[in-house]
Amino acid sequence: MNTKIILAAACAAALAGCATKDEAAYRAQADAVLKRDFQARGIATMDRLDQTELQRICTQYHDNPPFEVQQRLEAAEMKTVKLPADGKFMGDWKRGARIAESGRGMTWSDKPGEAGGSCYNCHQLSPQQTSFGTLGPSLLQFGKTRGYTEANQKYVYERIYNSKAFNTCSTMPRFGSTGTLTEAQIKDLVAYLMDPESPVNK
Amino acid sequence: MKRRNIVCAAALGAALGATPVAAQDTDTTTAEFEKFRAVMEEANPAELFELKGEELWRTRRGPKNASLEKCDLGLGPGVVKGAYVQTPRYFPDVGRVMDIEARVVHCMITLQGFTYEELAKQPFSTETRTPDVVSIVTFIAAQSKGMKFDAPQSNAQEREAYELGKAIFFHRAGAWDLSCASCHGADGKRIRTQQLPNFTNPQQAARGVLGWPGYRMTGGVMHTLQWRMNDCFRQQRFPEPKYVSEAITALLTYLTVNANGTVYKGPGIKR
Ligand code: HEC
Ligand code: HEC
Repeated sequence: MNTKIILAAACAAALAGCATKDEAAYRAQADAVLKRDFQARGIATMDRLDQTELQRICTQYHDNPPFEVQQRLEAAEMKTVKLPADGKFMGDWKRGARIAESGRGMTWSDKPGEAGGSCYNCHQLSPQQTSFGTLGPSLLQFGKTRGYTEANQKYVYERIYNSKAFNTCSTMPRFGSTGTLTEAQIKDLVAYLMDPESPVNK
Repeated sequence: MKRRNIVCAAALGAALGATPVAAQDTDTTTAEFEKFRAVMEEANPAELFELKGEELWRTRRGPKNASLEKCDLGLGPGVVKGAYVQTPRYFPDVGRVMDIEARVVHCMITLQGFTYEELAKQPFSTETRTPDVVSIVTFIAAQSKGMKFDAPQSNAQEREAYELGKAIFFHRAGAWDLSCASCHGADGKRIRTQQLPNFTNPQQAARGVLGWPGYRMTGGVMHTLQWRMNDCFRQQRFPEPKYVSEAITALLTYLTVNANGTVYKGPGIKR
């Protein structure tokens, strides 16, 4: 694609034309420039640059879309959540701990199927692990404070599966809906947060 | 050149890199690093790359057997002083805005006869290899030490690059729905123990440009901002940006213009 086509696309999006190029026009231009200036590498293929409706709307509204739009999108995201066939939400918290620690997955330097949850990149979980990020809230004692109920297990399962079902423009990735984590891995993580024996709840 | 300090830096860098982060206390790690950085800035390992870069700048090389001394970095052919802090800028000869590394690559192609393909093949430093472009950019950067960032916004193309960079900064996409702003859009956030500057806060904009090019202690290699952008896009779960592409120049325009007025302290040290 050459620059002229990109400019044309940007102008078309602006409707008003190049003279009054606004934010929408630059968003369209950014989209076109990224598609021209990037290349596939490893598992990071070019289709990742095709924005989904949700990604486009969150970009447009700087993560704060109108209420009705949020409601519509959250309902649609919730539909992508596949609950476990056996009706059980809890796996093994020890395996869950390892998945929570691993920051791998979905980058061009990762292989398919070796993804972890990057949970510690954004959350505090076990008091023993002092290297934790703060993009998300602390989940220290999560099960203990929220209550070890099945409803809460289900909530954590759904939250990990698709965080956007609860907060349209959540920073937290959609680990289930994007195929990053398997059902079994998500169950292990639920146990890590919800098992009374897990260090998270000690 | 204080060689012993460079060896010491590499050793300490390796030590820091090898220590399991898990076993470290957040604040101790940061404090230790800051102490180490303070010591190292007295005898900066980047100097080694500055010297190498200066020699590369002056030496006749490439198929055309020419030096880079006629390269126009925006202030006239051969003028190096002040060029780093006044890029990205619009270059009429190519009709586009270029950041410093894009311009050096352009000069190596046009003046010396190298090809884009060979320069783009392995553009970033590894433990065993520092690309010539990295040393040259470090040399150029050092000639702006003590000067204020002043990336121009004096024509339509430069203003357009800024707006485009801003749009890319907020563009959410990829496997994990991330944009630059997902990680760099709020104050006081961290990934593990790594502090994330908030580039939407004018008070923190300087943190995007100070200390680059930087000697990275984890790994003991010299990196430019082209590498930083590449690695952030990797973490963003995007495909890979092409080397010195317009998309990267636009982002660097956004980051640098936001930091205009900050005094540049020269090539530095990064964790
Ligand atoms: C990129 C950062 C990021 C990553 C990685 C991440 N989260 Fe989150 N998480 C958030 C944010 C931010 C929130 C706050 C709610 C929101 O914005 O949607 C959150 C919310 C949550 C909540 C809801 C908390 C509540 O009070 O109800 C749970 C549970 C959770 N995360 C678990 C996890 C687990 C388990 C992992 C690893 C698989 C994980 N998160 C990975 C950013 C992240
Ligand atoms: C997944 C989180 C993440 C995303 C997304 C991300 N970055 Fe980063 N960024 C980081 C981390 C981690 C560092 C390293 C901080 C450190 O070394 O302490 C960093 C460092 C930087 C730095 C250097 C800061 C310094 O202190 O020298 C710049 C500049 C930067 N990022 C810009 C960007 C831009 C532009 C984008 C969008 C293309 C982006 N980042 C996307 C996590 C991210």
